[in-house]
Amino acid sequence: MNFDELSTIQLDALREIGNIGAGNAATSMSKMINEKIDMQVPSVKIVAFNEVMDMIGGADSLIVAVMFQIHGDAPGTVYLLFTMEEAEALVGHITLNSDVKLFDEGAPNEFAISALQETGNILAGSYLSALSDFTKMNMHPSIPHLSIDMAGAILTVGLLELSQVTDYAIIIDTKINDVNMKNGINGQFMLLPAPESFTKIFRALGINDYD
Amino acid sequence: MTEVVSIVKVGIAEINIVKAPQTIRTSGLGSCVGVIIYDLSKKTAGLAHIMLPDSSMAKQTNFNESKYADTAIDNMIEELYKNGARKFALKAKLAGGAQMFQFSANPDVIRIGQRNIEAVLAKLKEHHIPVVATDVGGKCGRTIEFDPNNGELRVRTVSKGEEII
Repeated sequence: MNFDELSTIQLDALREIGNIGAGNAATSMSKMINEKIDMQVPSVKIVAFNEVMDMIGGADSLIVAVMFQIHGDAPGTVYLLFTMEEAEALVGHITLNSDVKLFDEGAPNEFAISALQETGNILAGSYLSALSDFTKMNMHPSIPHLSIDMAGAILTVGLLELSQVTDYAIIIDTKINDVNMKNGINGQFMLLPAPESFTKIFRALGINDYD
Repeated sequence: MTEVVSIVKVGIAEINIVKAPQTIRTSGLGSCVGVIIYDLSKKTAGLAHIMLPDSSMAKQTNFNESKYADTAIDNMIEELYKNGARKFALKAKLAGGAQMFQFSANPDVIRIGQRNIEAVLAKLKEHHIPVVATDVGGKCGRTIEFDPNNGELRVRTVSKGEEII
């Protein structure tokens, strides 16, 4: 499929997918930490691979990522991304220990990391189940993969399959944050559907390819 | 007076050529491989940020040749000759080819780092270019910078800091 030729309706449909997924995830997060969580209007961007890295601060910026592969009718990759500070704020809030660090003197803090992984699991799971309900398609997540490393290295994984077909990615990007901002809890969902998934998603939503 | 040294950046699936005093850098290599081919006495170097092992994987008609190990290395060597590098003097260094996540499914993505490394090494061998240093495999991202003036490759990782190979 040619990414340049997405119609307004198709772009709207992808935005709605981000809306529904992240909306459900925000509700889960809100319940988990007992705070109101806000969601920004999702953006759908068609970007060159290098711009994907730039969207989160450049290829060698340090990020915390929980990644899932989506299996089933519409394969793809979902990332839940945090900065180090955001991840620690979230883990601190969940474990009721605001001093918690992901690394203690260079060594990974297993407790904090497993709390983060589990949180990521719940959030991405609710993102995907909303998507699956909305599109009536079968989508199930792989086990969560947590990585704290350079953005370029982490995000390339989601681009590999696309890269055999195109030099661009369609990214459905949604940011969530706590309403009063006092806790510094923010996160970002990035959904990268596999090339063959777009037509299936549009069809499932009753949108003709050539509208 | 301080000399302003410019750093030429190479993005994902791109190639670039530099001459000293310029240095050349690529950031955030994961499963991708950064391969540097250089002629030290001509102080000329090329860097390719390779994403996939083999252009036969391309499902595009007009694909970006810098994305694949085989086509990227062929093209980069041609560019190096145009910039005065000599065939007999060429040497190579490479870094990257990590496996960032341990997957259970999806054969396309499994071992892509390892396959990139193997493809690059095979292509260099075909061109009879000796590989003088590598920092490959593992499961961490790397940012690399090459200085064609002294042939040093700086490899930075999040956990180990900076090393020179």
